[in-house]
Amino acid sequence: MSQFKQHSVLPGFNLAIGFTLLYLSLVVLIPLSAAFIRATELTWSEFWTVVITLRVLDSYRLTFGASFIAALINAIFGLLVAWILVRYQFTGKKIIDALIDLPFALPTAVAGITLTALYAGNGWFGQFLEPLGIKVAYTPIGVFVALTFIGLPFVVRTVQPVLEDIETELEEAAAMLGASRLQTFVRIIFPTILPALMTGFALAFARAIGEYGSVIFIAGNMPMVSEITPLLIITKLEQYDYAGATAIAVVMLVTSFVLLLIINLLQWWGRRRNALI
Amino acid sequence: MKLQTWFTVLFIITSLSIVGPARADKTLLNVSYDPTREFFQEFNVAFSKYWSANGGEKITIQQSHGGSGKQARSVIDGLAADVVTLALAGDIDAIAEHGKLLPENWQTRLPKNSSPYTSTIVFLVRKGNPKGIKDWHDLANGCVAVITPNPKTSGGARWNYLAAWEFGKHYFGETRVQEFVSDIYKNVPVLDSGARGSTTTFVERGIGDVLIAWENEAYLALKEYGNDKFEIIVPSVSVLAEPPVAIIDKVVDKKGTRVIAEAYLNYLYSEEAQHIAAKHYFRPSDETIAAQYAQQFTKVKLFKISDTFGNWKNIHQIHFSDGGIFDQIYLK
Amino acid sequence: MDMASITASSSHSPSRTRITQEPRWVRYTLITIALTFLALFLFVPLISVFYEALKKGVAVYIAAISDPDALAAIKLTLTATAIAVPLNLIFGVAAAWAITKFEFKGKNVLITLIDLPFSVSPVIAGLIFVLVFGMQGWLGPWLAEHDIRIIFAVPGIVLATLFITVPFIARELIPLMQAQGTEEELAAVTLGANGWQLFWRVTLPNIKWGLLYGVILCNARAMGEFGAVSVVSGHIRGSTNTLPLHVEILYNEYNFAAAFAVASLLALLALITLAIKTGIESKVSQQKGPNHEH
Repeated sequence: MSQFKQHSVLPGFNLAIGFTLLYLSLVVLIPLSAAFIRATELTWSEFWTVVITLRVLDSYRLTFGASFIAALINAIFGLLVAWILVRYQFTGKKIIDALIDLPFALPTAVAGITLTALYAGNGWFGQFLEPLGIKVAYTPIGVFVALTFIGLPFVVRTVQPVLEDIETELEEAAAMLGASRLQTFVRIIFPTILPALMTGFALAFARAIGEYGSVIFIAGNMPMVSEITPLLIITKLEQYDYAGATAIAVVMLVTSFVLLLIINLLQWWGRRRNALI
Repeated sequence: MKLQTWFTVLFIITSLSIVGPARADKTLLNVSYDPTREFFQEFNVAFSKYWSANGGEKITIQQSHGGSGKQARSVIDGLAADVVTLALAGDIDAIAEHGKLLPENWQTRLPKNSSPYTSTIVFLVRKGNPKGIKDWHDLANGCVAVITPNPKTSGGARWNYLAAWEFGKHYFGETRVQEFVSDIYKNVPVLDSGARGSTTTFVERGIGDVLIAWENEAYLALKEYGNDKFEIIVPSVSVLAEPPVAIIDKVVDKKGTRVIAEAYLNYLYSEEAQHIAAKHYFRPSDETIAAQYAQQFTKVKLFKISDTFGNWKNIHQIHFSDGGIFDQIYLK
Repeated sequence: MDMASITASSSHSPSRTRITQEPRWVRYTLITIALTFLALFLFVPLISVFYEALKKGVAVYIAAISDPDALAAIKLTLTATAIAVPLNLIFGVAAAWAITKFEFKGKNVLITLIDLPFSVSPVIAGLIFVLVFGMQGWLGPWLAEHDIRIIFAVPGIVLATLFITVPFIARELIPLMQAQGTEEELAAVTLGANGWQLFWRVTLPNIKWGLLYGVILCNARAMGEFGAVSVVSGHIRGSTNTLPLHVEILYNEYNFAAAFAVASLLALLALITLAIKTGIESKVSQQKGPNHEH
């Protein structure tokens, strides 16, 4: 045991770590392991045929594609929003700052029916977009809109504190040496916030690929076109295909693991980088 | 310390809420599919009255509604339904097969194939029928947008699919029927997971030119939204949809609710219930009562699934299983 | 109070000199673009929830949220939240205490595992509980024999909610307690404090705002969870329907005004959550103010 933990005079380690592990096992790990164990009921070849059929592949393409684009849009506009919140003064700033977290606190089903009502052909936005030939609700674009909505807070909230901490001296020095604002931003500010920006992007992406509630209302759910992977799991489940549902779930779980690992690496990179500066 | 009191309050709320939900009355859970919501709301009141008038104990009837396949899956996974009233026999077969919760011959236990009411599949179009839709073959026309749910998850959608298939078989011949059905599904812009979802898409979101719907669902939409917005088109041939009901033996025997559950299902065949069914646009299975509503339901040539397609297990295997004919439509 | 927060925030962002300030037109363009984006994706959806809810009048609205099924849904949602949040609170404190006050092997793995539910699809969260507690799952047959209901009953809904909200309080506390270090606790131990005194008198006062912040996030997420709960609920009206599921049901009953009325209730909860959160933040920055002068 002494190998496992460094000595400390503070009390409560055994109690705290014991409870943590017990709770985590009961609520998260044992149930999750059920997915992996159930998937072993399939042989490797059966597993592969389930997870790489065309319909499933198309759902990955949509889920990951739409999530990626949504996370990218959120990275760009999230940075912009964080920038104006930190750097500029304007009326209503406090309220806007508070409302950024709304997609996080708003139930996804509510987001789903609201966005559908807005973007359907007879909705507030839809009635202007449809004459232009842009259909949002019930197309992959709808999926993208829903995922952009739910991922909105992440980039803003990871970039904002880093931006607040940047010392103005560096920027002043750059300006005195003749750098333009754009040069200063590209050479000095952007590299500093890059790890946070990428962390925010990865968080928004991770959140988006698993999203279900808001997407099913707006997607249209056409096989091979607007059917997301989590919906496919539900569809399999409703056809009593437990093994098939579990197989796809395992693919998504492994993806989640990898993404989290990347996020943790990015955060570590960010800490190191900021420590060096 | 304020936080300490805060913790205490939370703790008390927690323990209260654990003790809280305890019910004294006998409950009966009816797990049903989407379009029966309004019907059972009224029927449950009628049954409760009948039951207490005949000296039965006080009873609470609980309802659960959703796509038929999803509901069957929940029952198989342990949702303690006393009775199921689903969209098609195939879903109750699945409960018998995968869950072993009732005997395989369940459908012979109640009159009329265990279907106290029947329905059929009709078209709902926008007022004036701008696309001139008259029959099934018009749905395969490339410029018509068709709304129907996903037959892999929705019971109603399977009836839609099979009705179209049967029509195509006679109109185009065996060799071209698959192509015909494919053409219809290529015109579907939104494939909802349940019948109700499709109706919402069509009537509320304004998507599509025609909704293939349960007859009762189409009439309900007319009632909710008015005759001036939609009209019903009855095709030349359609399917006799028999939504079956059954007692879940394992559950009622454990809960001791068999007597009530049997009375509940039998009451669906009573005169009062048959009238309520007709009021909600289900076709009564009792011929004399059905005759009273003859002008409400358009006469249409109906075929029976058992006469043309055989049993549901085969149908599922050929058409709706993974890699089946329905999947092939989307592979091209 | 208001003055204090304004001075606090202005001391936070020192006035910029001209050379580190963009030209006026750049500032206005950036603000306009950002606000347009937020308007399209955030403000209009929020407004439309309330618009759709009140479209048919206040009477319909009140009828919708005082319907017995809606009240039962509210009660169930509050119950599930009232169980899930305190449990995750205890877990969050225990996990943060172990992770930040001690050095041990495998700490990073533990942190990643705590994060896991955040990136797991809610659908999968529901599925795994079906696999464990369903009749076709591991424990289902045994539970049925002993007449214990987990899924399609309140415990299943609580479990799904617990799973989804595991990371929030722990993730809020870990960075905070890491930043605070262990000096104060070590000093207290030297002065003879026992474990509970240490926690209640030294640690808790330091982390109380972070804790509350985590509780609020956890609470918001617990009340709004849809996907996971939908898989394990069974959708029994008046019994296993949570508020978000009730929204879906009403939506499927052509009852759009009522669906949006209940949805607006949830949106209102979200707004209250955000208001409390903002309140906490300004309180924290006020407290930080004098500390900086030391």
